Amino acid sequence: MSENLDLRDLYQEAVLDHCRHPRNRRTMADCSHVARGENVSCGDAVVVFLKTDDEGVIRDVAFDGQSCAIATASASLMTEVLAEKTPAQAKCLFDRFHALATGGEEAPANGMRHEVEQIAMLSGLCDYPARVKCAMLAWDTMLAALENPKSKGA
Amino acid sequence: MRAAQDVLHIRGVEKRVPEHNALAVGEDNGTLLTDESPPGETPYDVEAVRADFPILHRPVRGGPLVYLDTAASAQKPAQVIEAERAFYAEDYANIHRGLYFLSQRASERYGGARRKVAAFLNARHEHEIVFTRSATEGINLVAAGFGEAYLKEGDEVLVTGLEHHANIVPWQMLREKKGIVLRVAPLNDAGEVPLEDFTALLGPRTRLAAFAQVSNALGTVLPVVEMIRAAHATGAKVLIDGAQSVVHMGVDVQALDCDFFVFSGHKLYGPTGIGVLYGKEALLDAMLPYQGGGDMIANVTFEKTTFAPLPAKFEAGTPAIAQAVGLGAAIDYATNLGLDRIAAHEASLLDYATRRLSAIKSLAIVGTAARKASVVSFILDGVHPHDIAHVLDSRGVAVRAGHHCAQPVMARFGVPATVRASFGLYNTNAEVDALAEALESVEALFAR
Repeated sequence: MSENLDLRDLYQEAVLDHCRHPRNRRTMADCSHVARGENVSCGDAVVVFLKTDDEGVIRDVAFDGQSCAIATASASLMTEVLAEKTPAQAKCLFDRFHALATGGEEAPANGMRHEVEQIAMLSGLCDYPARVKCAMLAWDTMLAALENPKSKGA
Repeated sequence: MRAAQDVLHIRGVEKRVPEHNALAVGEDNGTLLTDESPPGETPYDVEAVRADFPILHRPVRGGPLVYLDTAASAQKPAQVIEAERAFYAEDYANIHRGLYFLSQRASERYGGARRKVAAFLNARHEHEIVFTRSATEGINLVAAGFGEAYLKEGDEVLVTGLEHHANIVPWQMLREKKGIVLRVAPLNDAGEVPLEDFTALLGPRTRLAAFAQVSNALGTVLPVVEMIRAAHATGAKVLIDGAQSVVHMGVDVQALDCDFFVFSGHKLYGPTGIGVLYGKEALLDAMLPYQGGGDMIANVTFEKTTFAPLPAKFEAGTPAIAQAVGLGAAIDYATNLGLDRIAAHEASLLDYATRRLSAIKSLAIVGTAARKASVVSFILDGVHPHDIAHVLDSRGVAVRAGHHCAQPVMARFGVPATVRASFGLYNTNAEVDALAEALESVEALFAR
């Protein structure tokens, strides 16, 4: 499998595991925030649901949709690292993940060491610019959801 | 060898079109493959042909390049690259308005390219050949010019469910502007357009039928001879999108009797930035210019401008002169190799690829028309097309994954995307094997 060495950097076993068994792939009727995102280049779409408490802390995250392995694993991973985060922390992790995916300058993670270690499983992305859109789909949609609270009683 | 028989037809003499002869025409050089041809025998020395294409010898990802995306764009032979280089190095100046030697020389070369295209399509007149940027621009030109001259509210344009977005969106834009009605002939499960379904949608208000000769997404070859005849019988004009067909078969616009025909240079082993619109003289004459500017006028005053005769009327601004010359070289390359021999080679590749890929258990081919060009669109159970293309790329195998600018086709088959392997005159059975082996490694990687 030597010819697949670099490929395995991206399609790591942990990534494939997220793809085969996505965490929090479900809908959420009582969410406080929701947004739909689409990767226009391939037609993959994802819906991201968030539930925040009165202090704004994210208590539950879910996503729904069928997409490629990278987009699915990235969404699944995102739902794990965003649990119990404030919107500011979520934005911070977004920046960190974006930097990792694009090979950009690493944003400070403000102490979220475990989360940073987790998202590092997708660091192979920086060698594949064509797949950055796949990996960012759920994250971009999450940011849009944070800015799109459902109106009370809706 | 069935497909070879289907793809090959005879230029000029094909006035009586046999029942199942969708394509008018390639040249009859007497080298048709027949059922007696030994399997695997190629109609020309592929290795010698590959030697003409410098990029095929460029290593990719540490190994040889296996280029299976010719339907998106074909690679260029050294003859085309050299023709463009030599034109810039020896003959270049702007055309038409220079009274000096080089301008006249460049004008001759540009006119020579037009002559080659006219002969290639067997157009009645050279001035029926309009150079455009692309096949897409050709369709937009017809939508604007024909739409303005001939279409009014409630008139119908008929397309098929196989069309590239380039043959959908211009008509939708015209619908917004003029209130025309866009009708769509449906596909069957094989990815074919049944003639009776197409014919049933032709009505007294149908002014134009616009359809691909070959589907870019699935490879389906449409029965254009019968479709053109049916459209003409109801008084409709016909535009053929030949972007995918001219590379696989000879086209004779007079034998087809189509009213418009478009194709692009880069899919025909020629340069980017150059395309062709063929239109019947009377129709082009009746249409207003697509763009205003230099080169397309006879006389300009601030009170009134008169337009240049065909084809200059439709070629405002400095055209893609060197690219036209390169396209001429590409046409020479293809015709020297022999359109019928290219078709036979590709039919043999398609046949082999279809058999080889069908043997992969989790693979399903999307588009199983009885008549296909050398395109195989497929999905693998449980693996997204983007992931497949990614893994293939890691082994140097270049394929297209996505909706192929034909989202309605994807919707018809209930898939968001497919992987598409498309074969050109330089591909080999060994490359089909490389594709199949790479697909087996995809299966292994994603196996649970």
